Amino acid sequence: MNLLNLVLILPLAGFLITLLLPKDNKGAVKNFVLGFSILIFVVSLGLAGPALERPAAMTWVTDTEWISTPAIRYHVGLDGVSLWLVLLSTFLTPLAVLLSFKYIDHRVKEFFAFLLLLEFGLIGVFVALDLFLFYVFWEVCLVPMYFLIGIWGHDRRIYAAVKFFIYTMVGSVLMLAAFLYLYGKSGTFDYPAMLAMMQSGKLTLTHLEETLLFLAFFLAFAIKVPLFPLHTWLPDAHVEAPTAGSVMLAAVMLKMGTYGILRFCLPMFPNAVKENASWIVTLALIGIVYGALVALVQPNMKKLVAYSSVSHLGFVVLGLFCGNQWGLDGAVYQMLNHGISTGALFMLVGFLYERQHSLEIKDYGGVATPAPWLTVLFLVTTLASVGMPALNNFVGEFLVLQGAMKTNVWWATIAATGVILSACYMLWMVQRTFYGETPESVSHHMTDLSKREWLCIMPLVVLMVWMGVYTQTFLPSIGESNKVILERSVSARTLAEATNNGR
Amino acid sequence: MDANFFPSNADIMRILPEIILTLAGTLLLLVEGFLKDGDDRGMVANLTFAAIAGAMAASVMAYGNPGTGFYGMIVSDGFAAFFRIVALAVGLLTVLCSGAYLKREHAYTGEFYILLLFSLAGQCLMAASNELMMVFIGLEVSSIASYILAGYLRDDKRGNESAIKYFLLGSFATAFLLYGVSWIYGMTGTTNLTAIREALTKGVPSETMVAASAALMLIGFAFKVSAAPFQIWAPDVYQGAPAPVAGFLSAGPKAAAFAIMIRVFLTAFEPLTAKWAPVLWMLALATMIAGNFAALWQSNIKRMLGYSSIAHAGYVLVAITTHSVTGTAAAMFYLAAYALMNFGAFAAVTHVAGKGEKHVTLDDLKGLSQRQPGVAAILTIFMLSLIGVPLTAGFFGKFYIFKAAIEGKLVWLTALGLLNSAVAAYYYLRVLVVMYMHDPETTEPAEEIPGGIKVTMWLTAAATLVLGVFPGLVLDFANQFAVLGR
Repeated sequence: MNLLNLVLILPLAGFLITLLLPKDNKGAVKNFVLGFSILIFVVSLGLAGPALERPAAMTWVTDTEWISTPAIRYHVGLDGVSLWLVLLSTFLTPLAVLLSFKYIDHRVKEFFAFLLLLEFGLIGVFVALDLFLFYVFWEVCLVPMYFLIGIWGHDRRIYAAVKFFIYTMVGSVLMLAAFLYLYGKSGTFDYPAMLAMMQSGKLTLTHLEETLLFLAFFLAFAIKVPLFPLHTWLPDAHVEAPTAGSVMLAAVMLKMGTYGILRFCLPMFPNAVKENASWIVTLALIGIVYGALVALVQPNMKKLVAYSSVSHLGFVVLGLFCGNQWGLDGAVYQMLNHGISTGALFMLVGFLYERQHSLEIKDYGGVATPAPWLTVLFLVTTLASVGMPALNNFVGEFLVLQGAMKTNVWWATIAATGVILSACYMLWMVQRTFYGETPESVSHHMTDLSKREWLCIMPLVVLMVWMGVYTQTFLPSIGESNKVILERSVSARTLAEATNNGR
Repeated sequence: MDANFFPSNADIMRILPEIILTLAGTLLLLVEGFLKDGDDRGMVANLTFAAIAGAMAASVMAYGNPGTGFYGMIVSDGFAAFFRIVALAVGLLTVLCSGAYLKREHAYTGEFYILLLFSLAGQCLMAASNELMMVFIGLEVSSIASYILAGYLRDDKRGNESAIKYFLLGSFATAFLLYGVSWIYGMTGTTNLTAIREALTKGVPSETMVAASAALMLIGFAFKVSAAPFQIWAPDVYQGAPAPVAGFLSAGPKAAAFAIMIRVFLTAFEPLTAKWAPVLWMLALATMIAGNFAALWQSNIKRMLGYSSIAHAGYVLVAITTHSVTGTAAAMFYLAAYALMNFGAFAAVTHVAGKGEKHVTLDDLKGLSQRQPGVAAILTIFMLSLIGVPLTAGFFGKFYIFKAAIEGKLVWLTALGLLNSAVAAYYYLRVLVVMYMHDPETTEPAEEIPGGIKVTMWLTAAATLVLGVFPGLVLDFANQFAVLGR
């Protein structure tokens, strides 16, 4: 059996087995899911070898018929970009499980089952090469996250969960309409086949068609990213979600949107991308600055981190629409970085919440005295998040800024202010939370990291350093894959220009 | 045409399902006369079940004798077999889950099953009729039995209101239909669908008159399938009727009405497509909007499902608007999928509602996932399927409909329809919200699920999921049978 199919099917199998476990034995459920998700991660590591050898092409490909009419195929495969996103998902799931051991004590079985179902959907999104299959996984992700927020969230969880569902749904139905339209023109949902038809000129789109199709795709992805001004669901979802939900949402789910833009929008609609890049980048820049400014004034830690996500994801979108190799590489690297460092931030905020039962910054202060190690790790993560050299975000932000600089100096200039602002809001939060006098209420509850918490956070901190100092592990394969995407979009653009001139 | 008093064997085979249902109904009517009030009706239910199953087998046999029968009055083709089987499957499910319900409501009498059989006979006849008089007879047989079923609990005020409303508005609609039929007869001199098409192709004295009569018939059908602006009755009837009957009404008669609507418009009125397609376009959009937006505010589950059934009729109308083979196939698949998921949802409601159907508001579902996790999980599957989330039958249903619409160049209708389904997500999600995200308000132990209802729920849920992964199981038939005798 192809290893990728195994990696895809295991979480689903785990989900079903978990449902069959006895409800009352909470410990067994937790241990089973932890063990199972670690197993999935270990198996998924096996994907890396062949995928890293030839990152430019799809490896581990399975391509069989699923439904005959209309022609829907089960077509999955990995390239250099999707490999890392799959690994990010399989890597973070066990951490999210371990993280929830203490926090989740109510309806335990369902919670852990949903985490595995979410993993199934996420992996599927990153490996699907059939548009229909992609849509299926895209929607499958929605359901477990909806329940994670809605059942185990905080006070306004229901509002947040429904808002999350409806926002995503509106975007994805339009994407479905675009898929159907493309199917009507090409007779296939198979993505590589569709691209080949576009390249050979068998499938051509008029200017209007291309623009509308691009917008339909882009809207779905932009909601997920989320791009300003479609971001309003994100702070609600993040604040209300349980810690593991926030971690998975920020670290992996948001990447579904940027991945979609990279995988589908850029190669398929190169002209529309070029024409619309300016306003999209403008929105991304507004997102960077606006997200940072709003984060600056947040009294609630989770909300602060959520708005910082809006700002960071603005960088990713900026990189994607720069139209050059640096921008794309930076964007993908930043997708991974944001997964690691924002995931870690949500985790640490979750640790604080488990101790103090508050997310308000004003309820904290001087945490460093009773909990020095927590403080150190929080600080490291913060520094990573604000883009300190030798830590991961620096690399990604640098590449994006370089790419932006090549295209338009102003883009880079405005984006750079986002980096400065991020230092302001993050460090200010750290200062107010961890330093100064330790009030009685804090010293009373605050304890340092437990062993389990060490286990949760350390892998992420190690990766922050690794990705900051030794980019060779990651960047070459990402670069190779991006090169293919970039070449395809450039060649398609020249092809289209040639035909237009020929008329 | 040689007149022969006795129909040929092939002719008999072509209406065998209706014969079985009618005979069984009549026979049981006699049996019922000998039973006393307190007697167990298990035998009646079993016989009904067997008769419906037999009629299902007969539908397959009727398909084995394709062609028109009784001088072109009925037609036995794949399309007829498909809808006969859908309606009969709904009938089987109704029998399965109504026994426990009737016992609970102290209304366990044989008439319920007898009426069900007659109603099904009418629906089967509708699916197979090739002639406007047959359409009318089938519709009336089906409807009159349904009116009584809707008010089956005669001491229940809501049921009475529901039955009266259904009866009055339904007869009004049938009158429109009949008026349309008479005009068509006047214009073309025939009531046979194929003959009407031929007459229309050759040319008629007044196109306007024909269009007007088509419009009259459309009004009749629109009532029956609860299309806007003739949908007002549906929520009231579904809310007031006994829950299993509401499930039956929303699935079986609706599928049959759509079957005959498709047949009439795609064969008899096919030459007029350019005239009726734009009208259907508007009807479809209006129906989706009317159903979905009204459902947003409902707090009674049965009423909410009533509005939702209007919205789903709208999606099917989108498929018919395409007037293409793929559109017809999509409508067929959708109606089968919808019958499963909606009946399943009503079966779950039947159980949750409790004695006297007291617990039918959303608040009554609070914390259901903790009190009865199985019911909540199954209801979740149905709600997700009604939303159209992938890996459920409902998703493929919507998918095929909108695919056909895109291929038929109905891009705007597709976009608006899909946005409608995003709106619809809101009210279905409310059910999930109360079941999973609120704590239960009562600590009373949950009632045990009666066997019949349990089987119904599991069967429909399993079928919804299986069709969500392997839609080909039904779609292949739909594709094959969607070509109507042209």
